Amino acid sequence: MPQRLEPDLVERRDFLGLAGIWAAAVAILGSVLGMLRLPKPSVLPETGSRIRIGRPDEFPSGTTRAYPEHQVLVLSNPNGVAAISMECTHLGCVVAKTETGFSCPCHGSAFNADGEVVTGPAPRTLRWLEVGQTVDGRLIVDAKREVSPGTYLKV
Amino acid sequence: MRTSGLPAFAENLRQLPANLKASFSRHDAPTSDRSRSQAVFSNLFLHIHSTRTHVNSLRLRATFGLGVAAFSLFMILVGTGILLMVYYTPSTDLAYNSMKDIHYIVPTGRFIRNIHRWAAHLMVATVLLHMCRIFYTASYKAPREFNWILGMILLVLTLALSFTGYLLPWDQLAFWAITIGANIAASPRELTDALGITAYFDPGGMQKELLLGASTVGQDALTRFYLLHVMVLPLALSAVAGVHFWRIRKDGGLGRPGVTMTAAGKGASVGVPATMPEDAPRKTYGLMCVVRDRSEATDQDPIDTVPSWPYLLRAELLVFMVTMFACVALALISDAPLKEMANPAVPENPAKAPWYFLGLQEMVSYSAFMGGLIIPVVVILGLGLIPYLDREPEDAGVYFSGPRGRKVALRTTVFATIAAVLSVAIPVNYGWLRNWFPGISQLVVILINPGSLLTAAYAAWSILVLHRTGSTRLGAIALFTCFVVGFVILTYVGTSLRGPNWDFYWSQADWPVH
Repeated sequence: MPQRLEPDLVERRDFLGLAGIWAAAVAILGSVLGMLRLPKPSVLPETGSRIRIGRPDEFPSGTTRAYPEHQVLVLSNPNGVAAISMECTHLGCVVAKTETGFSCPCHGSAFNADGEVVTGPAPRTLRWLEVGQTVDGRLIVDAKREVSPGTYLKV
Repeated sequence: MRTSGLPAFAENLRQLPANLKASFSRHDAPTSDRSRSQAVFSNLFLHIHSTRTHVNSLRLRATFGLGVAAFSLFMILVGTGILLMVYYTPSTDLAYNSMKDIHYIVPTGRFIRNIHRWAAHLMVATVLLHMCRIFYTASYKAPREFNWILGMILLVLTLALSFTGYLLPWDQLAFWAITIGANIAASPRELTDALGITAYFDPGGMQKELLLGASTVGQDALTRFYLLHVMVLPLALSAVAGVHFWRIRKDGGLGRPGVTMTAAGKGASVGVPATMPEDAPRKTYGLMCVVRDRSEATDQDPIDTVPSWPYLLRAELLVFMVTMFACVALALISDAPLKEMANPAVPENPAKAPWYFLGLQEMVSYSAFMGGLIIPVVVILGLGLIPYLDREPEDAGVYFSGPRGRKVALRTTVFATIAAVLSVAIPVNYGWLRNWFPGISQLVVILINPGSLLTAAYAAWSILVLHRTGSTRLGAIALFTCFVVGFVILTYVGTSLRGPNWDFYWSQADWPVH
């Protein structure tokens, strides 16, 4: 019976053998994990996310203008200028502008004019994007920077 | 005195063809049962067969040849796939044009591509039917439990091969199907967003990034999918299929009627030959047909078996030829589609995946996270564990395990059909939670959707059957039948009844024109 004070001794050969096997196992596992680091990119191949959209006076109150190549809709009202991403928050299809808001062709999500989900599987409001100004006053939209819905730039 | 080596050399030269042939085959001409058995036994490619096959395994009704058909299709896919790789270029600029070249210019290019496409569709269908055959004949039972799991892995690999092949033409359908697929991989974000922890813990974003190598579908995604499709997944599938076949032998041959499995796992006929020595190692049993000696058990056929050469090999060849014929006939009748070149600015409407993913897409249209990730994982796990949760000893090979099983399967079909139709009809006619309670919490919308309720109803029904009948096998029949019926109905709805904006239409003729 193995006792706490007199434990079963591991044979020296067994110990060395087990140590060797475990060392090899840890080395192999470590190298596999290290190799898996390679497919995870540290730099993503992307073009710049800032879109120049023009001078503020090109966006009088009531304007809506779509930029399909960037999947961005710029709208202007008395609150100011705002940009909404047209990438569906469900599975990334491009939503279409409708009279009441937006609708997604892929799985039927519908959004109101502020991008809030009305129906369908989309889990969240369409992303509102940051609208900024360059030093000479031109408007730029940053497609990578999300702001809270209802954020307008006063110009 | 030295003799000339020339006569010996001349004699060797004369014997060369015969010796070459002898060294190649390592056995006599296969003219007797014994030498044919030897041929099967000593050939690397044939020795995955046993030297003798049970007659019941060869009956059409026992297997319908589905496993061999699935592997035949895989071989056809490898052959045609290599041919397509000769011209295909995995680059976003050139992929679409090389597809057009293959379709319009390359000699037999269109034909080979059609075969490849049809074989892929048939392989998915055959693998699913093969799974049904194994399940309903109870062939997953001990000692074959693990081979059922290997089969589930092969099913997932088959679907992964289809999915990765889908992006390669780089047309509209490809681009948007993969965009949707990659965002399903990212859909754990729905949950982490609802809990507000995405900034710290984002497994969804990580999966998407690993799959695409970027944040959108582009050159990196194409390179990765190409690598997976032509290299990683076929190798993985070959390896797992090899183990799958080997386990058939080691687990006692194909499940078949009239054979009771022994604890050792070898299928012995109901009447074990009296001459078989009790304490002999069972493994030598197969060898005794080949090895001649003076023991009473050797040199006579074990009861109810026939030599694999020619009976089994002939049956396999027949299945292969029928499979080949089906692919060629379909390829001649119908061309593989090629839509317009991928355009990231305008999605297809409707953007539909291939038919076997449309049931999934139907569930994704309720919730990406539940329908695209959680429910499929639960289903795969639930099906995979069936052999471990239903351990009633039973003879393999009887469809539905007899009349009780048939009754359960029939009643389950009725229940599962009603449940699946309701899960589609209610949201189509009356909307869902967000239409009824506009301010409802997003977490509730994600978790309680028609897809998850349907899955729960199926699970509850199976447990009810299990409880009422007192049989785990009948509970398993209920569960599997629910899966089959749900898969068929949701696939049909996704394929035929969904139109632009994923709206419900009874017929494609009703789709709005624009």
